Amino acid sequence: MTHLQVRALRKSYGANTVVDGIDLDLAPGECFGLLGPNGAGKTTTLRLCLGLTAPDSGDINVLGMRLPAEARRARARIGVVPQMDNLDPDFTVRENLQVYGRYFDLSAQEVAARIPALLEFAGLANRGDDNIRALSGGMKRRLTLARALINDPDLIFLDEPTTGLDPQARHLIWQRLRQLLAQGKTIFLTTHFMDEAERLCGRLAVMDHGRMIASGSPRELVDRHIEPQVVEVFGDSAENWARDHGAQLAERCESAGETVFCYVHDATHLIDDLAARPELRYVHRPANLEDVFLRLTGRDLRD
Amino acid sequence: MTGIWSLPLLSLRCIHVWQRNLLVWRKLALASMVGNLADPMLYMLGFGYGLGRMMPDAFGGTGYIAFLAAGTVCSSTMMSASFEAMYSGFSRMHVQKTWEAIMNAPLDLDDVVAGEMLWAASKSLLSGCAVLLVAAALGLCASSLSMWVIPVILITGLAFGGLGLIMTALSPSYDFFVYYFTLVITPMMLMSGVFFPIDQLPAGLQAVTGLLPLSHAVALVRPLMSGHLPAQAWLHLCVLALYAIIGFYCALALTRRRLLK
Repeated sequence: MTHLQVRALRKSYGANTVVDGIDLDLAPGECFGLLGPNGAGKTTTLRLCLGLTAPDSGDINVLGMRLPAEARRARARIGVVPQMDNLDPDFTVRENLQVYGRYFDLSAQEVAARIPALLEFAGLANRGDDNIRALSGGMKRRLTLARALINDPDLIFLDEPTTGLDPQARHLIWQRLRQLLAQGKTIFLTTHFMDEAERLCGRLAVMDHGRMIASGSPRELVDRHIEPQVVEVFGDSAENWARDHGAQLAERCESAGETVFCYVHDATHLIDDLAARPELRYVHRPANLEDVFLRLTGRDLRD
Repeated sequence: MTGIWSLPLLSLRCIHVWQRNLLVWRKLALASMVGNLADPMLYMLGFGYGLGRMMPDAFGGTGYIAFLAAGTVCSSTMMSASFEAMYSGFSRMHVQKTWEAIMNAPLDLDDVVAGEMLWAASKSLLSGCAVLLVAAALGLCASSLSMWVIPVILITGLAFGGLGLIMTALSPSYDFFVYYFTLVITPMMLMSGVFFPIDQLPAGLQAVTGLLPLSHAVALVRPLMSGHLPAQAWLHLCVLALYAIIGFYCALALTRRRLLK
């Protein structure tokens, strides 16, 4: 039994292939993260999984229902947190939940019974009668998350849930998402924050140019795709140093601006060399998901 | 969902969309009523009495004000439905992304567009009826036949709601709607017998008026308000109904192309 199964999914707009033959499986209760630079096809994948756009080919099965044919029935058991807040600005916090509950054919009593717990969950227990315009960005995001839970969904889609939030607000969202996982909800999130993916997701896939280019647990991705140690070297002469010395001491060196990233299994010799050069500053750290991401998708800017 | 022109799937779910808009409107009702009604009333009373006095014999018994009142019922219905479907509809579709939020729930775009069209018609029903009420209070409704104006207002509202939603589906920004008002709505108002009888138009233009939905609304409302049964009532109703149905279908197809790609 899977909560989401996607096979050979394709979608193109004109000559532009946005989703190019992807497969996905989400087990009940897992948190799956879809990573990728802007324009990789993440949001289109989400829209396909919600039945909001029809694929050119491939199969989508959500909670046992085939999409897009049974999309409405599937969405009755799904919660969605969109990339941009689309709360109703003319309504209060409570009215936003009430009206959204009606879209799921829930009775006014049912919705009223669910609202206190949802407001509590969103940390908005005392703000029920506030206008949306009076809420901070973090509060709006939490309300959007609470709104996505009004139908007590089995599967929750979140499209870049913490983009634009300050660290405090992000941590609070993460805490809430972990709470939902503890309740047994299945979560599918897209993000380009590696720390978010690393903290929340049991399993990740990296998407680029419409294709899945890697997948696995955060640890597996790091182990499989990159050397375990990274030494970042800064300074005006960093690039010259990398060419003359770094390249021999590290397995791989990449330079970006005034920083050189050296990837190694054993950093001892590298550190010894750098210690004798006071004009260069360096940081030695274990490799992380961001290194994998940049390795797989390149350092070029995506707009 | 095969192709944008697949037949609409209509269901009562569209009521949820209508209810949402009603709830917002209830919060702003007073301001919205005053804004919607003051304008047509002022024109009706000002021109009706002012101009009417200059031509006491041209419009028969109750004079120009009664003639203009019937036209104003129709034109304010048209205006109200168009404004709601375009400016407010565009806000909900494009600016606030309200439609997107609704479609993440178990509603389809078909439900959203149907709900919006019903809502635009409902608002225009209010505007049209308010003008009708004022006309009745001024003694400009000749008989109880005037009650039949109410369903005509509703179907007129549906026709212009559908046309407005087509513009919304095509619009890149609010500015776009100015073209529609200047190039479609205003000429239609001048050519549909709202301010003066159609037979005053040059012959070439008179031939065109039969295509304008507003002229059919006026052809129904004016006799009803002056106590006669309209000639060719079914023809006028059918034209308005066709505008509503075809308008809805085109609006839905164009909105599908815009939002479900």
